[in-house]
Amino acid sequence: MQRIRTAPPRYWLVLLVVIFFLGFPTVISSFLASEWAQALILAIAIMGLNILVGYSGQLSLGHGAFMAMGAYISAILAHRYKMDYLATVPIAAVVTGVVGFLFGIPSLRLSPLYLALATFALAVVTPSLIKRPADLTGGVQGILIVQPDPPQLASDVFGAVTGTAMTSDQWIYYITLACALILFWLAWNLARRRPGRAMRAIRDGEVAAAASGVNVAGFKTLAFGISAFYAGTAGSLFALSTGFISADTFPVSLSIQLLVGAVVGGLASIPGPLLGAIFAYFLPIGSNQWVPSQTWLPDQITSTVKNAGPAVSYGVILILIMMFAPNGMVGLIRSGYATLDRRLRGAPDPKTGQMPPDPQTV
Amino acid sequence: MQEFLQLVVSGISTGAIFASLALALVLIYNAMGLVNFAQGEMAMFATFIAYTLVNAGMSFWIAFPVTMVLAFGGGILIQRVVIRPVERAPVLTLVIITLGLATLVNGVAGFLWGYVPRSFASPFSPDSVDLGGVFISYRDLGVIAVSGLVLLAIYLLLQHTTVGLTLRAAAHHPEASRLLGVHVSWMLALGWGLASAVGAVSGMMVAPILLLEPNMMQTIIIYAFAAAVLGGIESPLGAVVGGLLVGVTVNLAGAYIPNAGDLQLAFGLGIIILVLILKPNGLFGRAATRRV
Amino acid sequence: MGKTTPRLAAVAAFLLTMAACGGNTGTTTQTDVGITSDQILLGTTIALSGPAAAYGTIANAENAYFTYLNNTQGGVNGRKIKFKILDDAYNPAQTVPLTKQLVESDQVFAMFSGLGTQAQTSVREYLNGKKVPQLFVATGATTFMKDFGSNQWTIGWQPPYQGEARLYAKDVLQNHPSAKIGVLYQNDDYGQDYLKGLTDGLGDKASMIVAKESYDVTAANPYAQLTKLKAAQVDTLFLFSTPKPSIQSLAFVTAGLHWEPTIYLNSVSNPQVYMGLAAKSGAALKNVTSVSYIKDPTDPQWASDEGMKLYKQVIANCSTCNVSDGFNIYGVAVAYTMVDVLKQAGSNLTRANVMKIASSQLSETNPFLLPGVKVTTTSSDHFPIMQEQVITWSGTGWKLQGSLIDERGTIK
Repeated sequence: MQRIRTAPPRYWLVLLVVIFFLGFPTVISSFLASEWAQALILAIAIMGLNILVGYSGQLSLGHGAFMAMGAYISAILAHRYKMDYLATVPIAAVVTGVVGFLFGIPSLRLSPLYLALATFALAVVTPSLIKRPADLTGGVQGILIVQPDPPQLASDVFGAVTGTAMTSDQWIYYITLACALILFWLAWNLARRRPGRAMRAIRDGEVAAAASGVNVAGFKTLAFGISAFYAGTAGSLFALSTGFISADTFPVSLSIQLLVGAVVGGLASIPGPLLGAIFAYFLPIGSNQWVPSQTWLPDQITSTVKNAGPAVSYGVILILIMMFAPNGMVGLIRSGYATLDRRLRGAPDPKTGQMPPDPQTV
Repeated sequence: MQEFLQLVVSGISTGAIFASLALALVLIYNAMGLVNFAQGEMAMFATFIAYTLVNAGMSFWIAFPVTMVLAFGGGILIQRVVIRPVERAPVLTLVIITLGLATLVNGVAGFLWGYVPRSFASPFSPDSVDLGGVFISYRDLGVIAVSGLVLLAIYLLLQHTTVGLTLRAAAHHPEASRLLGVHVSWMLALGWGLASAVGAVSGMMVAPILLLEPNMMQTIIIYAFAAAVLGGIESPLGAVVGGLLVGVTVNLAGAYIPNAGDLQLAFGLGIIILVLILKPNGLFGRAATRRV
Repeated sequence: MGKTTPRLAAVAAFLLTMAACGGNTGTTTQTDVGITSDQILLGTTIALSGPAAAYGTIANAENAYFTYLNNTQGGVNGRKIKFKILDDAYNPAQTVPLTKQLVESDQVFAMFSGLGTQAQTSVREYLNGKKVPQLFVATGATTFMKDFGSNQWTIGWQPPYQGEARLYAKDVLQNHPSAKIGVLYQNDDYGQDYLKGLTDGLGDKASMIVAKESYDVTAANPYAQLTKLKAAQVDTLFLFSTPKPSIQSLAFVTAGLHWEPTIYLNSVSNPQVYMGLAAKSGAALKNVTSVSYIKDPTDPQWASDEGMKLYKQVIANCSTCNVSDGFNIYGVAVAYTMVDVLKQAGSNLTRANVMKIASSQLSETNPFLLPGVKVTTTSSDHFPIMQEQVITWSGTGWKLQGSLIDERGTIK
């Protein structure tokens, strides 16, 4: 603990990542920028889930439902009431956060497994619930969202750097990046200050936490609220970047994808959700496209992978990653770093390679 | 009244389907405290093997036990290859692995057998008995009877055999069991094998009703999960009662909540969660003691 | 960073320009993005995984037809057709980035036969904005034909669900004028379109519908809904449901309810394989009516038909395709229309010209459709297939009844 408290956060690494994400879209196509925008949106939602699952220890298999809520609040406000879309993002975030907070209250009475069922149930029934108030949600016809043109200033700056005009996809990317930076910074502050410490205390033992004066019920519902706030923001941005939402946009598999991203990235860490989101977004897309497009592989392999379909490659890769990085990518990096550190110092190997996840080593 | 009784009866027969898969979920939960989201897909895969055997000319009554044995072996194999290396990882890691497994098994089945539904031979006739204007088919009665038999077998195994006792001990007190010379890891493998075999029975029973195709169990696993949790997740009897209750609840919700047939699952799950809030240990679960 | 960025951008821009212009070099004909001297690149998004993976075979069957054509005739006018298939898992949120990938990164000439109403709606605005043809979408949602005026780069192919339901309305008014109609429908665009067509078709007799029950795709079975329909004294049952719930319904009506209503079964669920499955599950299949526009590969009456022989030759090019799957002949038939359009375009292979031919100059006899069905579009009519024929189940197969019914012009 002493070492962690005195170690400076790795600001230089954070700075590098931020510069990378700022400069990246100037060298890639507008289409790739739109893909990375979606990955960042997923990262925001996964960060929300990470606060709930990783820090406060409450499982949710249904965060896609909160994303759906944020998306529909924004889309309805923008589409029906002609509000400026960007102004609807904070409204969607706050309303979803309040709903999440209220959802957290009855959840207090549920054991972890029942909470898993309740949230899973929420995810399962979301599409059929969206279809019902068809006048409001557009039902199965969905809602088209007009993607905003970039403002003159942003377009000029972008044009000066790249020589081409900024597209709406690139503008949406930067909006998303701004939201992601703010929300990650907030999460980092939350994690290392009192609420984060309280949540982790609850996760590691409710009775002990209560005995040391932590308001268990308060912080558990707070975690739900914050988590839904993140998911609502992500949902609102998701609708913006996709340009269209309908009932089938929010299937159970979206909630599963979020959980996969959270665990693969590494729970209870700040960089984890980002890594997890990149994985969870690009793996399903890439798992069936990459292998068949490799010319150096024998034809039999490429055609078999192609015929077997994306589900097989996705399943295999997911299982392998979890087998080799049971504590997520961040866990893998940490244990790799620790091993290297020990080698360099010549210290003896500890009996277990597992590191407890801790957010303060960012 | 006749309509109500018919709804209850068809709900029970649907519920028996949920119950049979829920039993397999309970077995794995008892073995290692994990909900296996791949259980439905494994059951589907085993049923396809039975289908292939029957198509190759084997009689149903031989293919049935052969498939059970193969599924048992397959379950153990999966545990040894995929689960064992990460046995001590956080439970969520294991959950993600079962999700990956579900996707993988589904994809492989689609690759091998395609997505066109097939009819699977049933030993029971699709005709139905008339109970004073309420009908139930022999096929449904068969599912209910077989679920009952499996329940009895699991109960006897867990409660009245040394293997069952060791299995439970290994799951609940792995360290102490290890000190007593129990091969904890192999006990977990045994749990996977048993669950897989029970799942295979479930698949072979319901395939004639649901039609055999790779996505056959995809919605059923949701209901089975709800059923197992409602029954208290650790209790085989609870899983069966939970399954029947879920089947009847969803069926009645579909019929009696006006103009909301498509929301039957939403209402059904809502009712179940309400019950869980009021009765936080499930219907057959024991009150959990809080560990400090 | 500051120095390398513009340089990298310049390289990227150069490569993009190269890619975009590549198609224009070396040919004398008028062409467009996605066309080279020896290749035409088409793209599609479809569900290859997930709950709707059963539809995925359509794209493989389409590809089989293109392969067949490339191998036997060297493609279309000397250009081979390359077909890029991406999996959107039936999720519109994935359709958007994948379509953008095909258009912006792979530079396809046109999108062909993308599947799913919500999925194709999600990219309609985008494709129309980019003026990329969205050809022959694989859905019967009426909007893809009816709303051509506001989306001139989009066109459907199969008969609209509403048109089919109108045929049923006509048939029921003619043969069962005092019917008490009950409807089971899926709670999405597909079910609702059918229901609307039926209600519109019945007109002032719409009160004949005494009960309608919807179900969700997550339902294990539609037993509750059917029990309720029976209790509402329904004697004519309409099944606007996908194959699986339809088979379950046919079986449950007989075995579970001992009920013998007249049944109208929608065409998505009527392939002979499914009827066989329903019979094995205990369905009596008495008085079942449906409609058809396409030849059923499992129907023995087409055994020596030239179109069916060609279909079997074509489908041999797809190792994963099941020859008796009705989705596959659908895929081959729509690919046939696609090739027809490209052939007509001849040397004027531009997006605008292809779109013009597809939406207003089609007059095609398709060997995979029922005899007499013509795939037709004109400058004022953008519903390619509007002829269907009533069929009734004979116990062993479908029997064509009467003659083709033309519904052209009824949906506005």
